[in-house]
Amino acid sequence: MTTETTSPAGTSLGAEQLGKFLYEMMLIRHFEEKCGELYTKGKIRGFLHLYTGQEACAVGSMAALEERDKVVTHYRDHGHALARGLDPNRVMAELFGKATGVSGGRGGSMHLYDVSKGFLGGYAIVAAHLPLAVGLGMASNMKSEGYVTLCVFGDGSVGEGEFHEALNLSVLWNTPTIFFCENNLYGMGVPFHASLSTEIPKLAAAYNMPAVSVDGMDVIAVHEATNKAVDHARSGKGPYFIEAMTYRYRGHSMSDPELYRLKDEVEEHRQRDAIERLKTQMMEAGQLDEARYQEFAERVDQVVDESVEFAERSPQPGIETLYDHLYKEPSDG
Amino acid sequence: MAEMRMRDALREALREEMLRDETIFLMGEDIGLYGGSYAVTKGLLEEFGEARVIDTPIAESGIVGAGIGAAMGGLHPMVELMTINFSFLALDQIVNSAAKLHHMSNGQIHVPMVIRMASGGGSQLAATHSHSLEGMYAHFPGLKVVCPSNAADAKGLLKRAFRDQNTVIFIEHTANYAIKGEVPDDPDFLIEFGVANILREGTDVTIVGYGGSVHQATRAAALLEEQEEISAEVIDLRTLQPLDMDTVIASVKKTNRCVIVEDAWRFGGFGGELASQVMERAFDWLDAPVARVACKDVPLPYNRNLEFAALPSEEDVVDAVLGMFKE
Repeated sequence: MTTETTSPAGTSLGAEQLGKFLYEMMLIRHFEEKCGELYTKGKIRGFLHLYTGQEACAVGSMAALEERDKVVTHYRDHGHALARGLDPNRVMAELFGKATGVSGGRGGSMHLYDVSKGFLGGYAIVAAHLPLAVGLGMASNMKSEGYVTLCVFGDGSVGEGEFHEALNLSVLWNTPTIFFCENNLYGMGVPFHASLSTEIPKLAAAYNMPAVSVDGMDVIAVHEATNKAVDHARSGKGPYFIEAMTYRYRGHSMSDPELYRLKDEVEEHRQRDAIERLKTQMMEAGQLDEARYQEFAERVDQVVDESVEFAERSPQPGIETLYDHLYKEPSDG
Repeated sequence: MAEMRMRDALREALREEMLRDETIFLMGEDIGLYGGSYAVTKGLLEEFGEARVIDTPIAESGIVGAGIGAAMGGLHPMVELMTINFSFLALDQIVNSAAKLHHMSNGQIHVPMVIRMASGGGSQLAATHSHSLEGMYAHFPGLKVVCPSNAADAKGLLKRAFRDQNTVIFIEHTANYAIKGEVPDDPDFLIEFGVANILREGTDVTIVGYGGSVHQATRAAALLEEQEEISAEVIDLRTLQPLDMDTVIASVKKTNRCVIVEDAWRFGGFGGELASQVMERAFDWLDAPVARVACKDVPLPYNRNLEFAALPSEEDVVDAVLGMFKE
């Protein structure tokens, strides 16, 4: 007879899967903290939007996808890229603007792409990628390819016309699209309650698609909701909408003085921290001990340090490549 | 060869390309049941069915964005925006996604898509429905911009657009739809992008136009020959991006004079780009400053007399040419 451990209440996920969630969330947290540090040192330039606090959204949702599925997301995209399995070295190299970066140094923080992983980009114009997700769904349907598209965006998107156009089109055309809204309560500095006259899931429901709101600081809840959404979309029932209630610990970008919120509010949300929560749950269930947790922490340190070293020693893109990839030529294959 | 109007030639191109390549599908406002606002897609819904000819809601940004996504997913969409005036509502998708994804993704993504739109003034549709924005689209690196002036070109260029792996902005001047011409029926008839067409050879002045303005240019050339014994060479650019400047420069070096005709506003227009390139490459050959004949810099009024006063006419072109021969 083997010794069985009890998983956190209400989940059938085993220790291995939960350990993977914990590790990935820790990796994203540490990667982002390192990015913040590198930004102040001038190694990373441009706009940098850190994902700390929202890790459970990326990790829980990406884990529900298959390899053939597609992802489009917003500009706060490092967490999604890492959770989707993009090479941390190449993500960091992109932030350094290096030739080895996932976008060859042309995209930067807001525009990460890795087509080999179905990761079709970070989009830096709010809500611009929602219609793209619908189009990918049309292609999946027309070519009978069976993939679903996970479309991640923030609460700031819901005021944009494209949000409404995309939701409407996805239902009209029955596309396998999962609309995943990370509601971190602020569109840059404007509080959510000052941006929308109703609740987000009600908007989705008005377009006749199933819509749920989940605790975005609970990776298990996010994962289970996304699993349901993926099943729904893949079985030909059309789009599905998830609102994940989350919170970003850092400012909107590195230049945000955060005049719009009090430190107490940030502290309050830190009490809901997804990493601490899962760690405690797993320890209480006997699925994790301090030694294993330390092992994760060390591995995360190592991976992030290695990514920085890789980025540092990578070459700059050659000036002679400036006009590369402006147009796709038949000779590009 | 068969004689047909430009709108019929465009339809032939769509039909032939859809028969050739099953990844091609059409979506747009009123392209199905209604048959297209300018009757270009008439009959295609019946022939190809609603999976490949999709009537969309009036949601320009949404449908262009969906076209981009579908192209990323391996299809080759044609999105019809009814008129160029409505393309402002899809501008972010066109400029920030369709034009840039290939470059920003370091070549991983490309967006093979054709966006068709009707353009131009002259129909008393007033200020919001009379735009000529060919030059604006040519401004954005990453797009190709096509503006046929006749039926045969329309067919050959539209077919060529579907053989391209990039987003092609295909702009049809409304005044050209009903113009008839001989059109090849060879399904492999293509017109390469970036190859201007010398419509009329001449020795005294080069008149350059595109889309709708080609017709003012050719009518002016006829008047100049009949009334003034001035021999004008007329060049139809056909595509603004890529741009065949070599043909224009070779002509200017022969004629030593250049007049640019366009329906768009003069200020900041594409004509300024052309004039600048002529100056850069043929300065020593010019006997007179390059002249621009363009739309007056006002929103186009509804009133017929006012609208005609604003738009460039063949008389304006003749005057511009005669101005070059005055000491």
